[in-house]
Amino acid sequence: MTRPERGATAPRTWRKPPFIANPWLRYGAWLLLAGYLVWAFGTLPFNWERIGEGLPRAARIFGGGFPPSFQRADLLLTGFKESFQIAILATLLGVLLSIPFAVMAAKNIVPRPVYLVGRAVIIVSRSFHPVIVAILFVAAVGFGPLAGILTLTVYSIGFVGKLLAEEIEEIDWGQVEAMRATGAGYLATLFYAVFPQILPRQVGLSMYQLDSNLRASAVVGIVGAGGIGGTLMNAFGRYDYDFAFAILLIIIAVILVSEGISGWVRKKIW
Amino acid sequence: MVDHSQALADRVWRRYDRKQRLTRYAVMLVTLMVVVWAVRDIDIFWPWVWDAPNQISSLGARMWPPDPSGLGQILAAMVETVHIATLATLLTILIALPVSYIAAQNTTPNRACLWLGRFILVSSRSVNTIIWALLFVAIFGPGVLAGILAIMFRSIGFIGKLMGEAIEEIDRRPVEAMEATGASKLKVIAYAVVPQVMPAFFAIVILRWDINIRESTVLGLVGAGGIGVILQGAIDTFAWPTVATILIAIIALVLIGEAITGLLRRKVI
Amino acid sequence: MLEISKLVKRYGRDEPVLKELDLTVEGSSVVSIVGASGAGKSTMLRCINRLVEPTSGSIRLNGTELVALKGAALRRARRKIGMVFQGFNLIDRLTVMENVLAGRLGYVNLYQAISRRYPREDIERAFTLMERVGIAHYANKRADALSGGERQRVGVVRALMQEPEVLLADEPTASLDPRTSEQIMILLQSLASELSLPVLINIHNVAQARTYTERIVGLRHGKMIFDGAPDDFTRDALDAIYGGIESPEEEPVAPANPPPAQRDRGLPHDAT
Repeated sequence: MTRPERGATAPRTWRKPPFIANPWLRYGAWLLLAGYLVWAFGTLPFNWERIGEGLPRAARIFGGGFPPSFQRADLLLTGFKESFQIAILATLLGVLLSIPFAVMAAKNIVPRPVYLVGRAVIIVSRSFHPVIVAILFVAAVGFGPLAGILTLTVYSIGFVGKLLAEEIEEIDWGQVEAMRATGAGYLATLFYAVFPQILPRQVGLSMYQLDSNLRASAVVGIVGAGGIGGTLMNAFGRYDYDFAFAILLIIIAVILVSEGISGWVRKKIW
Repeated sequence: MVDHSQALADRVWRRYDRKQRLTRYAVMLVTLMVVVWAVRDIDIFWPWVWDAPNQISSLGARMWPPDPSGLGQILAAMVETVHIATLATLLTILIALPVSYIAAQNTTPNRACLWLGRFILVSSRSVNTIIWALLFVAIFGPGVLAGILAIMFRSIGFIGKLMGEAIEEIDRRPVEAMEATGASKLKVIAYAVVPQVMPAFFAIVILRWDINIRESTVLGLVGAGGIGVILQGAIDTFAWPTVATILIAIIALVLIGEAITGLLRRKVI
Repeated sequence: MLEISKLVKRYGRDEPVLKELDLTVEGSSVVSIVGASGAGKSTMLRCINRLVEPTSGSIRLNGTELVALKGAALRRARRKIGMVFQGFNLIDRLTVMENVLAGRLGYVNLYQAISRRYPREDIERAFTLMERVGIAHYANKRADALSGGERQRVGVVRALMQEPEVLLADEPTASLDPRTSEQIMILLQSLASELSLPVLINIHNVAQARTYTERIVGLRHGKMIFDGAPDDFTRDALDAIYGGIESPEEEPVAPANPPPAQRDRGLPHDAT
């Protein structure tokens, strides 16, 4: 401890001021984290016996998986074709439907009750992971690509609708005022003052959504909604690990290519 | 009056010129053809499509009213879901940071490390969480460990890629200044890199935690723990009112997660 | 004829922005409305075409009461009131021609609006007006590619496309450089006489108000405190409008280098 009366000869100390100034809060945060970790690891049901078998199993799976087998290429092709079709149709439907929902969910251009309805639709469709939605649609309309299309349409409405609504809320209001001043009606104002301003964003989002629908179409198949995911699930279930790994590799390749294309198109249009 | 009509004829106005119009028609035609192909070729039994609204509303009717009897069990599963997401996010940080360091152009030690880092990021990002979960359930059996690992393996790519980009965008000058003082590599990182990427780091981790909450709700559908296990069970036994309760609980969880991340973003960043 | 009487506008529970304002504009006169920021100039103009809802009072345009109008009737009234904005408010991503034709939105139906199939007379009118203000060669350029003065010309033409019975201009020159803003003022002045159209211009620049308009209305705290010819607009009136608040952009007294138009008209009589 240095005391001021020691004067100029006193050794001066300096410490970095802590990130959180209040020491109680600082140590409290660490304590909280430690407590959380103990609680979480303590209560989670780990089946250590079964986990112990993991390594030999992993060896068997990867041993059986290499080299990947492309022998059933026709099955692979059918699965991917269906995934593409699901992604394309769902993107088209989803993007078209997302426009009215985005308008409804934009605070600045609709009355409050309409806004609340639009917002609720978007929140609900965004809250559920596509796989959960897919399970419900499979239960409602049966196995197959129809459930996949419906699922990804809902998914697209949630995602594109939300971002588009935010874009609408940030438009330059002067253009809307100018159109109103000419005596234009509500829809004409929408088409002249609102849509041109959000168009570049809309096109970019559509491309992005096509890409993410293609990704998602690979997983909704796991719960029976059509596409390559179903083929993958079957291969896994029958311990056909070499075929499963072949499917995985192709999925990765397709995703990389589609990401590249969608990024390129978005850059072009911007 | 000839003059006048001539003037009018010259003054035809079109939104697009000839070339623009042709390009637009070509793009539209290609899109239309792809859509027609998809509609005609897809393996859908069309009468089911027209019946779909009925089926969906009848499913909705079977779900109403939600059955709250299993609420205790559902809440316990919710806590498990949050645990999976949180633990996986925390563990991911430990792995993603070094990977992002070697995958960033300006900090990577050498080209081999750069490509290794990029390979890890791409393979992690290209495989969906559910597919990772499928793999880990096959290896370690059904349970939360498979779920945590699945979320981790997907998040490494996400956090690693965004952190790598954040590192690539840092201001070079402080790094040079630190190097000029004769500081070692690690000291340069601690003084010139870490302070610059700190805000991005918090933002990215918070964002991913939010996403992981959503993702961990579905892990159970392939047996990897969390609320999904109960949801799958309820669907398999056609306990639709319970399904409705679970769905409402998931919406609540996601909204609470969003509120927390919003709060963290304002407090921390 | 535009008659405003006892116009009151109050936002929420605050002090009213406009306090029982009366104003009558007849024939094809160009009226400038001066006043400090917050005096209620912009609110008054926006009350006329109901971009802002008046709290009470009456606004009549050629006998039609505007305050009570709703829905389609309001839109029909609006198309007879042209408006030019300070920030131009063009639709940046559309071409100049589309922006100009947007002035006809109150007349065409939705299909025509969306497919851009405007009646031939509208296109003819658009070309004539664009030629008149010198922007016809920009017809197929995007609006955001133009300079400020050109953009404001597009804004003026768009307003004139409405075949308005009155033209409102809300600080039409405030975003422009001095030279361009004079050109726009001259344009508004001459268009008013060519089309025998009454024009109301909100303006911050008192020198321009004196030079280019026939009548000056001064507002302060939502009340009219001056109404008269530019020659009667004395130093006292200026002080009454702006005194103690802020100085106007350009004082009419003893400018170091008065614009030529002003010199022609003779120096203001209160010049020292």
